[in-house]
Amino acid sequence: MCNIITLRKRRTSGHMRVRVRGPGMARSAAVDGCDGMRNAVATGVDERGRGPDAAGGVRAVSPVLVEARELGIRRGDRWLLRKVDLAVRAGEIVTVIGPNGGGKTTLLKALLGLIAADEGRVERDAGLVVGYVPQRLQLEWTMPLSVDRLMTLTGRPSADAVDEALRSTGAAHLKERAVQALSGGELQRVLLARALARRPGLLVLDEPVQGVDFTGEAELYGLIGEVRDRTGCGVLLVSHDLHVVMAATDRVICLDGGVQCSGRPREIAADPALVRLFGPRSAEAKLAVYAHDHHHDHHHHDGSAHDHAHPHDDPPDAHGTHEHAAHDHAAHDHGIRPGRPGAPPPARGA
Amino acid sequence: MPDEFLVRAALAGVGVALVAGPLGCFVVWRRLAYFGDTMAHSALLGVAFGLALGISTQIGVLVVALTVAVLLAVLERLRTIPSDTLLGILSHSALSIGLVAVGFMAWLRVDLLAYLFGDVLSVSWTDVATVLAGGAGVLAILAWLWRDLVAATVSPDLAAAEGVNVLRSRVAFTLLMAVVIAIAMKIVGVLLITSLLIIPAATARRFVGSPEAMAVVAALAGAVAVLAGLAFSLVADTPSGPSIVVAALALFMLSLVPLPMLAGRR
Repeated sequence: MCNIITLRKRRTSGHMRVRVRGPGMARSAAVDGCDGMRNAVATGVDERGRGPDAAGGVRAVSPVLVEARELGIRRGDRWLLRKVDLAVRAGEIVTVIGPNGGGKTTLLKALLGLIAADEGRVERDAGLVVGYVPQRLQLEWTMPLSVDRLMTLTGRPSADAVDEALRSTGAAHLKERAVQALSGGELQRVLLARALARRPGLLVLDEPVQGVDFTGEAELYGLIGEVRDRTGCGVLLVSHDLHVVMAATDRVICLDGGVQCSGRPREIAADPALVRLFGPRSAEAKLAVYAHDHHHDHHHHDGSAHDHAHPHDDPPDAHGTHEHAAHDHAAHDHGIRPGRPGAPPPARGA
Repeated sequence: MPDEFLVRAALAGVGVALVAGPLGCFVVWRRLAYFGDTMAHSALLGVAFGLALGISTQIGVLVVALTVAVLLAVLERLRTIPSDTLLGILSHSALSIGLVAVGFMAWLRVDLLAYLFGDVLSVSWTDVATVLAGGAGVLAILAWLWRDLVAATVSPDLAAAEGVNVLRSRVAFTLLMAVVIAIAMKIVGVLLITSLLIIPAATARRFVGSPEAMAVVAALAGAVAVLAGLAFSLVADTPSGPSIVVAALALFMLSLVPLPMLAGRR
C-alpha cells in the first residue's frame, strides 16, 4: 500500500497568524505580505465573494490543512473521481454535496489518507489533528464499548474535555451507555463529541446529521459553526441533503465524479451545473440554507465586515486569534481555473 | 505435593490461557474465528517442516502460519473468491498437506494425535519455559498496541483517519496469532487451538462493560478452564486437550445462565 501523501512543514513568518488549537499545542502559521493583501481584500471584494473574481488577485492566507490536486481515484477501470482540486484551510467550512455514487465519501477517504490517490496527489499538513465523524459505526455486540470508552478511542483527552464535548453535543447523559444501545441520532451526537474532544485542527464529517431529527440537525450545524469560530479549525463536511447546506459554509463543492461547481451556498444555488446535476428543484429551492442562530453575521456587503471576533461570550483563552479576512476569497479558486471541464464560474446575481 | 508433570502441565496450560484470552477477544471482535482455524491448521505443515529440516517444530509452525496469513491477505486482495471460501480452501488444504507431509516421513515416529489434539501432560520444563517466555512476549506486545488494536477493531477507517497505524496493528496481530498457535499447539493441539481463543472470550462478554475488562475476564476464564480440564482429565482418564475444551464449554454454558444482577446489562 503506498499512499501518495506528502506531509509538509509550514514555515512561519510575517505577522498574520491563525492559531489552530490541538491537544496541548498551538500551531501558528503566517503569510508574507498580508497587509497589502488585506487591504485589497477589504476594498475589492466583499466577504461573500461578489467583488472581482477572488482567485485572480488574492491569495488566500489561512494555512491549507489538506489539499487535493488533480486527484483521481480509480476502482478497476472506472474512475470514481477525476481531476479534483480542493483545499480546506484553517477556519473554513467546506461542504461537499453531490448525488449518491458521486464520490463524496471517496473524496473524504482520499483526503484523510485512507485510500491512495491513483492520480494527482493529496497533501496534508504535518501534525494535523483530525477529528473524524464517520457516516456510521457498526459495532458488533461482542465488543463491549461504553460511550465513555469510545471518547478515548484514538486519543487521550482529559476527563474534562470529554465531559465538555459530550455536553456541547447534548450527549452528556449518554456517557455510561453502551454504544450499541444508542439510537442513530444519539450515536451521531456522541461521534461528533468524540471528534471534538480531540480538539481537532480539521474536523471531517461524513453526513453528520444522519438520523438526527430536524431540530437536532439545526443544532448540530449550529454547533459545528460555533466550534469553527471558537477554535479556528477547518471543517470538511459531506452533506447527504442536497438542498440543505449550513449557512456557515464558506464553500460548497458539488461533486459528481469531479468538481461540477463550487462557490458560496447562495451563489451556486443558481449555478447551471447544480441544476443539471440535481434537477430543477435545486434551483427552485435555492439550496435551503440553515441560518444557524449564532451571533455573527455572514451577510455584510460593505466590504469591511470581516469581523468574526466574538466579544460576547467567548472566554479569551478558548478563543484563538482568528482572522477570516482573506481565506474567504479562495471561494472560487477551484471553480474558475481555465481548461477544467465542468467547472463554470458560479453564476451571480440571478 | 502434586506430581511434577502436573505442575508443568498446569503452568504451561495456564500460561497459554492467559495469553489466548486477551488475543481471543480480538478474534471474536473481528470475526476471525475461521481465520484463526486456518492458521492453526497450517501449523501441522509447520511441524512437518520442522521435523524434516531438523529445526524446532515451533519455528516451523511460526513460519508456516505467517506464510499462510500473508497468502491469505494477498488472495483476499484479488477479491475474486469470497474470503470464507478462501479460508475453507486454505484451512483444509493446509491440514491435509501437513498430514500428507508427515505421512511421507516414514522414518520419523510422530505422535500425530499429540499434535492434533495436544498432550499437555507430556510437556517438558523446556516446553514450559517456551510457553512462559513466548506468552510474556505476546502479552507485552499486546499491551503496547492495545489501544491501537481496539481502535482499529471498532472502526479501521476512523482509526486510520485519526492517525492510528492500522496496518502495523494488523500485522502485529497476525504475528501474535502465529506465536500463540506455536506455543499452544502442545497444550490443545492444532485442531482445538481456536477454541481456547474464542470460548473464554465469548464467556467473558456478558460480564464486562469494556474491552479491557473482557480481556482480563477471558484470560481468567481460560485459566480456570485449563485447570478444570486437567483435573477432569486426571480423574476420568480422558484426553487432556479435549477435556480442557469441554471445561471451557461448560464455563461458557454457565455464563449463559440468566442472572438477575446482570439483567438489563448489555
